[in-house]
Amino acid sequence: MTPAPPPAIGPAAPAPVADIVVIGAGVVGTAIARELSRYDLSIVVVDAATDVGTGTTKANTAILHTGFDAAPGSLESRLLRRGSALLNDYAARAGIPVERTGALLVAWTEEQCQALPGIEDKARQNGYTAIRPLSAAGLYQREPHLGPGALAGLEIPDESVICPWTTPLAYATEAVHAGVRLQLGSPVTGVRTGAGEHAVATARGAVRGRWLVNAAGLGGDVIDAMMGGGGFTIRPRRGELIVFDKLARPLLGSILLPVPTAQTKGVLVAPTVYGNVLLGPTAEDIGDRSDTDTTAAGLAGLLEAGRRIVPDLAGEQVTATYAGLRAATEHRDYQIRVDPGLHYACVAGIRSTGLSASLGIAEYVVDQLGGAGLPLAERGGIAGPPVMPYIGEAGTRPYQDAGRIAADPEYGRIVCHCERVTRGEIRDALASTVPPADTGGLRRRTRAMNGRCQGFFCAAAVSAMMAAAQRPAGGRPADAPGHAGEHPSPELGRLA
Amino acid sequence: MNVDVLIAGAGPAGLAAGIELRRLGVSRVLIVDREAEAGGIPRHSAHTGYGLRDLHRVMTGPGYARHYVQAAVRAGAEVRAGTTVTGWPVRPGLPGPAGHIGPSDPALHAGLPDPAPHADLPDLAGPDGPPGPARPLSVSLTSASGIETVTAAAVLLATGCQERPRAARLVPGSRPPGVMTTGELQQRVYLYGQRLPGRALIVGAEHVSFSAMVTLAHAGADVVALVTDQPRQQSYAAFALAAAVRWRAPVWTCTAVHRIAGHDRLEGVELANLRTGATSFVGCDTLVFTADWIPDHELARLAGAEIDPGTRGPAVDTALETSLPLVFAAGNLVHAAETADIAAAGGRHVARQIAAALRGRRPPRVTWIPVTVATPLSWISPNAIRPGGPRPARGRFLLRSDAFRRLAWLEVRQGGRVLATARARLVPGRPVHLDAGWIDRADPAAGRVQVALR
Repeated sequence: MTPAPPPAIGPAAPAPVADIVVIGAGVVGTAIARELSRYDLSIVVVDAATDVGTGTTKANTAILHTGFDAAPGSLESRLLRRGSALLNDYAARAGIPVERTGALLVAWTEEQCQALPGIEDKARQNGYTAIRPLSAAGLYQREPHLGPGALAGLEIPDESVICPWTTPLAYATEAVHAGVRLQLGSPVTGVRTGAGEHAVATARGAVRGRWLVNAAGLGGDVIDAMMGGGGFTIRPRRGELIVFDKLARPLLGSILLPVPTAQTKGVLVAPTVYGNVLLGPTAEDIGDRSDTDTTAAGLAGLLEAGRRIVPDLAGEQVTATYAGLRAATEHRDYQIRVDPGLHYACVAGIRSTGLSASLGIAEYVVDQLGGAGLPLAERGGIAGPPVMPYIGEAGTRPYQDAGRIAADPEYGRIVCHCERVTRGEIRDALASTVPPADTGGLRRRTRAMNGRCQGFFCAAAVSAMMAAAQRPAGGRPADAPGHAGEHPSPELGRLA
Repeated sequence: MNVDVLIAGAGPAGLAAGIELRRLGVSRVLIVDREAEAGGIPRHSAHTGYGLRDLHRVMTGPGYARHYVQAAVRAGAEVRAGTTVTGWPVRPGLPGPAGHIGPSDPALHAGLPDPAPHADLPDLAGPDGPPGPARPLSVSLTSASGIETVTAAAVLLATGCQERPRAARLVPGSRPPGVMTTGELQQRVYLYGQRLPGRALIVGAEHVSFSAMVTLAHAGADVVALVTDQPRQQSYAAFALAAAVRWRAPVWTCTAVHRIAGHDRLEGVELANLRTGATSFVGCDTLVFTADWIPDHELARLAGAEIDPGTRGPAVDTALETSLPLVFAAGNLVHAAETADIAAAGGRHVARQIAAALRGRRPPRVTWIPVTVATPLSWISPNAIRPGGPRPARGRFLLRSDAFRRLAWLEVRQGGRVLATARARLVPGRPVHLDAGWIDRADPAAGRVQVALR
């Protein structure tokens, strides 16, 4: 059942020594690779997983934060603010689903009420001035299904929800189009530095580069230790989440945030861009960096909390439960450091804000690398963001588009009924620039099998399409002759 | 396109209804199904035992499905597979979660009948409507040939049901491949010829669970056991005996799955004995969640039909009409899950009611008397009566129980009055029947009827 590691995507004949190697194909690593790809550099991204964005990136609350509540003056605050502005713009151009639902911070106790002015003040210090107080009546007017007992709140009109799956895929796709090599399924086992280059040992051979970026997420401290670092330790924090069926979506207009207090951070209830309702996360410090299990206690606690915030949620069906790990450290801020002598950048401790801040982080890191001596000569012919398949609920999906169905009837053949995913979309995903390695990857690209039936109706058919696309006889789409030529890359010659 | 009756769902209920409607002289009957092939769940239920009660012969599921599809076409109904109802008129503003969903395109609402004021009403005043044909419903259909608008004088929802997957059952642990429902299992094995070597564990011990066992054995799996949180299996003794003897698959009672383990692939499950609290780990490569049915009620909810809290399908009266005038519902959407022949019987019954309604021959929709159940009974279907309304399909109500009772007395009460008593044997997941003779004795002014154990 374990799929074979996917072949490298990108230039067929990479340079023996790349200019720069990025470890980590999460939302931060792919954003950095994309930013670097604007320059005349040969770039390789390696990751242990067989797909982009499979760590912290894929399992989070899927909120595009304004950064209103970050610690003022921190690097995180600065990069969040910058990153969220950049990502709002990028998402619109790349077709990444974003819905500006706004958020309401809801206070249920006197203690929480007393914390509100401080939060408002913090937002202003962070340069976010659109925040405004709301009375209890104002809260119930905005959210009629809110549970009884809300006392007061704050409105943050620019908080949005985003697709956390399309985002790193768009970055990776743009990077590959610009000549970046993506080598997945390659866990890093060591780094040897000397003679002006880093040799990154992976389970699938060494990858050599003159500069190295550590964007390894939950493995950030391990990679940093290989580079002689050791200023921080990743302390994975597990967050369990519950996804409710789309029939629950009308219960909610905006993101409902808890007011953090000394005792508890609380859980949020948020819409998703797929039209579901999300409840979570728990926050549990754990030792095992791969333990994304949900727990009976975690799920029960979430349901209990959810019943208080939006009581009608109790009657709705749960579509999915999952857990994600946040790359927290003992420090309160990001751990970003560039070592000019070592030709090394450490981009770690991105905690839970990497999705929102990703483009800000990438811009900052590449600027720092340039300052440290990485030659940044802009290259010509930058294509800009790719147009990604739209999998949000707010816009027009292929099944709703008569023109598209007329041009290609496969967009009228719905396979996944809960999410209304067509054969055409699955076919496209299987043949895309960064194709899925397994059905999980296909879910993240199309939403197929993500609905209330979780595959009762469609999993067999979708798996059959996947198996046909991956059958060795036909070759993987990524391997098929002409795949590299699908996106002609002027860098090919230069890289060789 | 204009039709007399649009039927959503070409399973046994929808097809049987289409055939009967044509037999009764209703001219334009369109049956749509979102699956690539019509026939419904029996298409991928390859075991035998179908057709005994309605066609008076024994057939396999696919044979039964083919029979009904061909009969519907022969009867003159139009059957369109690969066609999804995507533009059902969504009604905003109704109280409750069902009413608020979806795009508020006024064009979508134009075709809907007048709102049924069901929400805040006491038992007496039910969803009202005109006795004869109302304004036609307008529905969008999506298929490979495009998006088409169909107007229908009446709509029958026959969208069936599905098993709740592990997420909905809140089973914690990891999320590896190899965990599925019976529906997915049957399609993998019978439609796509997939082999499932290795050990398999089945969650549930109802009829469908034993059907999953046969399917797994057919696919080359070694079935370790069937586990149920109930004190006994809930199927026929003969099935359990056959399982134990022929496939050496025991039923582990009072046992629940506490955790799923394995990341890239399923490694096994942690089981808990609900009596002793003891846990044990059982290795397996396939885990099948069976039964725990939920009706596919999306269309009903989007239209704002009242949902019965017991069946979780649309609330229906004995004519199988929902709270929305001229929107009917039949099959496992209103009784999840019964066997195919029972669904088909409901289809024939509702067809007669639709035909009468289209001809203006039905009692006025004046009073809606809810019929409810008390624990350990979990639901009753249909779940409302109207004065002058017909007897339900096969002259009886269907009920479910959450508990075993070798001998129970069901009591039908309205206020302080006992309308009927009946003997029943209760087994969770198995049908309990209640003769409907009492409905004529119900007082239209006395409100809710409740069925409880005496």
